Amino acid sequence: MAKTITSKVFVVRDNIDTDQIIPAQYLALVPTIAEEYEKLGSYALIGLPDDQYPVKFVPEGTIKTPYQIVIAGRNFGCGSSREHAPIALGAAGVEAIVAESFARIFFRNCVATGELYPFDSGLRLCDIVKTGDEATLDFDNDTLTVNGQTYVLKPLGDVRPVIDAGGLFNYARQSGMIAAAE
Amino acid sequence: MTLTEKILARASGKTHVRPGDNVWVNVDVLMTHDVCGPGTIGVFKREFGANAKIWDRKKVVIIPDHYIFTADAMSNRNVDILRDFANEQQIEYFYDVIDDPKGHWRFDAAKGNGQRQFGNRYSGVCHSSLAQKGHNRPGEILFGTDSHTCQSGAFNQFATGIGNTDAGFILGTGKLLIKVPETMRFLFEGALPKGVMGKDVILHLIGEIGFDGATYRAMQFEGPGVASLSMDDRMSITNMAIEAGGKNGIFPCDRKTLDYVNARTAANGTKSTFEPAEIDADQSFVYDKTFDLSALEPTVACHPDPGVRKLAKELGHIALDRAYIGSCTGGKTSDFLAFAEIVRGKTVKIDTFGVPSTTEVMDELKATKWDGQSVWNILASAGVRLTENPGCAACLGGPVDTFGRMNAPLKCISATNRNFPGRMGHKESQVFLASPYTVAASALTGKITDPREFIG
Repeated sequence: MAKTITSKVFVVRDNIDTDQIIPAQYLALVPTIAEEYEKLGSYALIGLPDDQYPVKFVPEGTIKTPYQIVIAGRNFGCGSSREHAPIALGAAGVEAIVAESFARIFFRNCVATGELYPFDSGLRLCDIVKTGDEATLDFDNDTLTVNGQTYVLKPLGDVRPVIDAGGLFNYARQSGMIAAAE
Repeated sequence: MTLTEKILARASGKTHVRPGDNVWVNVDVLMTHDVCGPGTIGVFKREFGANAKIWDRKKVVIIPDHYIFTADAMSNRNVDILRDFANEQQIEYFYDVIDDPKGHWRFDAAKGNGQRQFGNRYSGVCHSSLAQKGHNRPGEILFGTDSHTCQSGAFNQFATGIGNTDAGFILGTGKLLIKVPETMRFLFEGALPKGVMGKDVILHLIGEIGFDGATYRAMQFEGPGVASLSMDDRMSITNMAIEAGGKNGIFPCDRKTLDYVNARTAANGTKSTFEPAEIDADQSFVYDKTFDLSALEPTVACHPDPGVRKLAKELGHIALDRAYIGSCTGGKTSDFLAFAEIVRGKTVKIDTFGVPSTTEVMDELKATKWDGQSVWNILASAGVRLTENPGCAACLGGPVDTFGRMNAPLKCISATNRNFPGRMGHKESQVFLASPYTVAASALTGKITDPREFIG
């Protein structure tokens, strides 16, 4: 089935670490408890410095973000191994992150949880695109179209079917690697 | 093969692996803590069923350490979730905060952090505890739900941080699918000069390759200079491999490694058999560079990331509000001894906080006497505010009542490991990472200071 997303984008720069994605004071929230999962989403990217990011990712008084696509610079998701980070973004309503590059554990956690599609694009779109621009992400052709320009992204490859399935466990069950839960 | 490749090949039952291969490895130890343990347990129960049993009750190590000494009710609850699971699964190594296996953990805010509030089994920061309690063994595979799990590579172990979902998978199966990383070699020559510590080595290396210079890669430390490094120095070095994006950091196994591991496994009754990975004649690297340890100087990583490298002596213009010593990286006994060497008989000029990494570190500081006075008292007399409750504390900010947390936009020099915006609390605060020597010298002057000015 063809898959595209059209959404306003939120743009961040280099080295957005897990403390900026979900500050440590919110880590007592347990992602597998439904209401705490929702709460994590409401705090997504709340650690970004206000002077550099005057636009709130999750508008005040709401728990979801209007931005389904995040555009980032180098080393997105560096820092801690906390799975709260991709989960907070996913719970807020983000579908995909198109970064110039990712930190390793964050990338893996996106795939394992199935929360987000991490496009490791190699492209420095954060210098070209602005928060609020509307973009279309085409998963089948691996392209991002924004402001009349179409950028070709590196294909997601092996990680796409895992995220499509809803994460590592669902994928492992579908492919017969592990048995179904009791 | 490199050290990492050898360990991964053995753990996956193969004679040979290459970078880029995806292999299923058998896990020797899985470590989790109070921040990621409850979510990991949640994943395990959701995916394997409410009555499922973990794959091996002797291979799971649970160490509450992050948000312990706080009145935050959810954080206290999370320690109780760990206890329930440890009881249910009869987990052998659970370093609980309280002694009563049926009890509930509640921090007493009225008593505060000045007084000890833990039981007999509590240890403290997970990575330091893994070493002290005999869970680090050469040649083995260790995963942990914490990014600084790479510290255990000091013991010739393949060790890396993972998320809750991967950890939940390991709890049920004892295996994980991982990609064999390319290896970067850092060849050490010479020995560290006076006033320079393992922390300076890793800050120098991160500055050299950049904050993402080791992304998806193994960092292998070897060469004739390794022999002179203490196990504590090696732990400071591998601890921060993640701050360059590294998957793991690893040292060869030598006499010092064996002495440490044998003593600790014997003392805690943990598994004492292991097979170290030896250096092969035939290794290939994506990066290979020699570093003369004797040429290194006290080094600082400036706000806002661990790759902003400067020498301490260049930063005398930076005035500070606070100094902090603690964490897996900088809260070991040797770290506090170095700090005490500088501040002994003097008084700190700025707010200075000290958090021992583990209960053992605190006990050692109280038992170690210099001219009849304990190091603990030497530090307190110099004006260092010490907590009797070891743990991660303000290294990662934590709940607002955490000891030493920056609740205002202050500038802090810290012996910890990470300095992205907001790491130690307030999101406009700034953190400068340095060795315990440099933190101590800076605490005395109120600005970033080269500690060699204070070392005779």
